Amino acid sequence: MTEPLTIEDLSAHYGKVQVLEDFSLQIAAGELVSLLGASGCGKTTTLRLIAGFLEPTSGRIRLGDQDLTRLPAHRRNIGLVFQNYALFPHLTVAENVGFGLKQRGIGGAERAARVAAMLERVELTDLASRLPGALSGGQRQRVALARALVIEPPLLMFDEPLSNLDAKLRVGMRAEIRQMQRANGTTSVFVTHDQEEAFSISDRVAIMQAGRIMQFDTPETLYQRPANAFVARFVGFENLIPMRVVAREGESVEAEAEGGARLSLSQAEYGAIPDAFVLGARAEGLLVLPPEAPGLPATLGLRSYLGRAYQYLCATPAGPLTAQGPLGAPQMPAAAARLQPLAAQCCILAPE
Amino acid sequence: MKQPLHPLLIAFAVVVFFFLVAPLVIILGAAVSDTTFLTFPPRGISGRWFVKVFEMAAFRRTIVTSLQIAFLATGFALLIGLPAAYALNRFRIQLPHWLSTVFVLPILVPEIVLGFSLLKSVQVAADLPVFSTLVIGHTLIVLPYAVRVISASLSAFDFSMEEAAVSLGSPPLKTFFTIVLPNVRSAVIAAFILAFITSINDVSVSLFLTGPGVSTLPIQILAHVEQFFDPVIASVSVLLMLLTVGVMAVVELTLGLTFLAK
Repeated sequence: MTEPLTIEDLSAHYGKVQVLEDFSLQIAAGELVSLLGASGCGKTTTLRLIAGFLEPTSGRIRLGDQDLTRLPAHRRNIGLVFQNYALFPHLTVAENVGFGLKQRGIGGAERAARVAAMLERVELTDLASRLPGALSGGQRQRVALARALVIEPPLLMFDEPLSNLDAKLRVGMRAEIRQMQRANGTTSVFVTHDQEEAFSISDRVAIMQAGRIMQFDTPETLYQRPANAFVARFVGFENLIPMRVVAREGESVEAEAEGGARLSLSQAEYGAIPDAFVLGARAEGLLVLPPEAPGLPATLGLRSYLGRAYQYLCATPAGPLTAQGPLGAPQMPAAAARLQPLAAQCCILAPE
Repeated sequence: MKQPLHPLLIAFAVVVFFFLVAPLVIILGAAVSDTTFLTFPPRGISGRWFVKVFEMAAFRRTIVTSLQIAFLATGFALLIGLPAAYALNRFRIQLPHWLSTVFVLPILVPEIVLGFSLLKSVQVAADLPVFSTLVIGHTLIVLPYAVRVISASLSAFDFSMEEAAVSLGSPPLKTFFTIVLPNVRSAVIAAFILAFITSINDVSVSLFLTGPGVSTLPIQILAHVEQFFDPVIASVSVLLMLLTVGVMAVVELTLGLTFLAK
């Protein structure tokens, strides 16, 4: 009952505004994929297209070997969990959960049994006869989850399901959703703007911007080897330094940043380095060293204490950078220093 | 702890209550007066003017006509107003701003003008029977109430509920009846009451549209007052008030009146 989801060359418009252009995505059976991006990036539009609430101008959506593209929303058999839960306020918890079964003509004893079993799974048995208005946010979210799961859909979709919960509950619910999804092996699409949430819950994450996928990979790959500057910035590479190679000698490469500062980088550590590139470095990947050490010359500015290290805002000929120095040797503002990239926390990107 | 009230405030409140209640008391008093002319305070107590109302064919006929028109006009207004209010809210972003204003226009146009234009365009030009024209006219004047009241309720309705139901396999039309309608039920009933009472009490539009043999109760009252000055008028007014109170009471008993304030 779990199926792969294939989206081919999907385009969509709101009026004259194109929100999705030639969007393609393949999700394996049983996989949980997050669509991650800022608001307006097209992630919710994608979800609504899959659900059938919007019609694409072109392209195809397939679930297993069934073509969903022109199927009315109510016949798509997709479990949906909404941001605001969208529970039916005039129906009890049990009636909410049983709603989908009722639509499928499953009545009487079987429906009651399946609803009861599902309520037990989400630990809401005691609240079965309550109205949604009498529930807390977390309980509502559980009802919404139960309501979507009880119809045993081949595809589950979540539209920012945790953003209305407080931080602590959010982490708990996240784990619960993931466990349920794993246990059922249901193919799932999870829409969120929260990077931590997406990375912690997903098998793979599609980072989206302006209706396009910037990178579709496992969280590990996205975090360590972003494919482009946009993704790098998104996953926290604060420093993006445009550079060009001025000399090569074996594996060693001499590169120059704007303003003439030079760095020597090893291809053994960084992988192949093209003639023009952008060096991406997290703050913890740019080490503050004394001025006599090799590295980018910098003048230290504001220092902040992070618990495990000091972080410095630095002025350099290549522009402002953020770097970190060890706790043992706090530097004074306005001190001269050198910044040395640590290969493990850096990446080589194509120029923008 | 009780805060002492300023004597002027108490006096003011008493005056306001007096102005609110006095007309009702006066009409009720006049209606039971045992005289042949309108007077207050009543001299003697008698129910004969109430009996008289029902003895007069003109009143009997117009009460029935008024009720028929009120039910039909309110029914039509809800049939048009409910889908209109739904569409105005469901597709608020896609629809132009001015569209919702269109449904309030009949309130903005002076009713006397509306009545006159309906007389010229519908009754005379289209040659429709008096009764049908009255129903059309009343539908027009009560439609804004239906649309506004139901719209107010739908504006707070979360349409993702509808999407949730559809995603669970419920076809769109069925979803409207199982999910949307139950959640705006109070508004529909409130709209019904407002529209019904507006129709029953309407004078201006009806004045133009009533014709030979067909009249509404308020118009009949007007005609009666022009010729007679007996307590029948007070009695029929009391009956009209009772009808209104009756409708409210039924709602109060079944739903509680507080929802009208929502």
